Amino acid sequence: MIAIVGYGLRESLRRKMFAVVLVLTLGFLALYAWGVHAAFRDTRSFVGPGQEALDPDVLAGAIVFGLAMFAILFLGSVLAVFLTLNVVRGDAEAGLLQPLVVRPIGRVQLLLARFAGAAGVCVAYVLAVYFAALGITHWAGGWWPDRVVSPGIELGAAVVLVAALAVAGSVALAPIANGIGTLMVFGAGLMAGLLGEIGHAIHSQKLEHISHLATWFLPFDALYEDALHRLTVDTTGFAGFVLQLGPFGGSHRAGSSLLLWSAVYLALVGGTALLAFSRRDL
Amino acid sequence: MAAVLVARGLRKRYGRTEALAGVDVTVEEGQLVGLLGPNGAGKSTLVKIACGLVRASAGTVEVAGAPAGSAHARRALGYLAELFRFPSWMSADEVLTLHQRLAASPGGAAERIELLELVGLPDARATRVGSMSKGMQQRLGLAQALVGAPPLLLLDEPTSALDPAGRRIVRGLLERLRERGTSVLLNSHLLSEVELVCDHVVIVDHGRVVAAGTPDELRRQGGVEVETGGGTRRFPDARRADVPRLVRELVAAGEDVYEVRVVASSLEDVYLEVVE
Repeated sequence: MIAIVGYGLRESLRRKMFAVVLVLTLGFLALYAWGVHAAFRDTRSFVGPGQEALDPDVLAGAIVFGLAMFAILFLGSVLAVFLTLNVVRGDAEAGLLQPLVVRPIGRVQLLLARFAGAAGVCVAYVLAVYFAALGITHWAGGWWPDRVVSPGIELGAAVVLVAALAVAGSVALAPIANGIGTLMVFGAGLMAGLLGEIGHAIHSQKLEHISHLATWFLPFDALYEDALHRLTVDTTGFAGFVLQLGPFGGSHRAGSSLLLWSAVYLALVGGTALLAFSRRDL
Repeated sequence: MAAVLVARGLRKRYGRTEALAGVDVTVEEGQLVGLLGPNGAGKSTLVKIACGLVRASAGTVEVAGAPAGSAHARRALGYLAELFRFPSWMSADEVLTLHQRLAASPGGAAERIELLELVGLPDARATRVGSMSKGMQQRLGLAQALVGAPPLLLLDEPTSALDPAGRRIVRGLLERLRERGTSVLLNSHLLSEVELVCDHVVIVDHGRVVAAGTPDELRRQGGVEVETGGGTRRFPDARRADVPRLVRELVAAGEDVYEVRVVASSLEDVYLEVVE
């Protein structure tokens, strides 16, 4: 199984797409450094006398880093989808899968190992970019979030769920269809979070209910919102209220049941993929 | 001799298409069995069921005494698919190393070197798959199938991308494998190749076995031809044992006899007869 994990890792890292993502990430981080520096400077001048309840550094840091977290989630999810969209059907149609499947390792271990390889690359990528962006934010404005490590872990977990969906999709769908489908599901999750935010703002229980339901079907959005929530979990008062309004779905505490559900969801998606793969003719 | 591969009443349906309609095939230990048949006859499906890539709709396949697709069965076989690819970024040595690890082969570098020499790629250890010709990749595929010295090899069109020299190497390799006691199920379109190396031939058409036997059993006597001063005389029902009598009768009748040929149908004739 370790051989296949290693194979998957090397396969992931050798793709040109990975180099493209790295270049884009460096570009993103450079622009982010420029932007966050300007944001801290402008916010300090924006918060004037009589607005002491609003710490300008907390406001700028939390909002801009929250935006960066969305970008990291997006980049990590795109990476996850492109690394896994052809794991089964695509590789089988290319003739890459059959020589591996007939080996004693078996289908279950093979799929788990391919998933572990891709998920490992994606989590490492998300954590690296998360901590790079966090370091840049601290360098620009001296701000640290209320929780430093757990939001990054939750972002990584959200990307792992997207990778699991893409692996499961690859059992039945051709690579292009799977890539489009998984990215649409990812977009639907974010859209549901945004709808919930709008519902909260206009006091629409229906919209909030729809958003709540969607988080159970697509829990990666709930993980992202919980990660946002952890950035300012100890921030109270007016600043705390303002910071609830996140960019794409506000910060919301997921609660232990949703975090547990995310683990169950991963097991369900993985189990479905394994069952479908074990019954698939190659 | 013990059977290494036994298929009994094997059926496979893809929707409305019946790819296999009750096939029985046995490969004995050390036997080289050729699987012949037109495109769509069900040959590749049979091989894929044997190595666990495709599930049978009915019937059974046992490999080395274990159900096809089980871990024990997979440990006992090497497989070369008709359409396969290795990652273009891997070298030949890396491909074989990966398969050694997957097959738990303890052969190490010595086995990899030996296998590359066996398939005629002694200098290709560091060559990337992406820079190999199709023929070289096919030979590397053969080397991959041989990793761990499995007792049964399932080869699906192993020479389709090879030039005549490459085919000769593969023929030599198959003969060496037979000497080592390795059993081979060879799926090929090249009748001459099958005729040259196989101990047993199975012809499949429309998902059924339409002929089976040794190449000699399948080839039929096609009479006797005698070149005489008056032209070629044909005796379609005559056999080799009839030649002295025929010559005596022709000479007695005043004919000059220059040449006598015992005509036997080739495997190709038999094949065309049973599948058309």
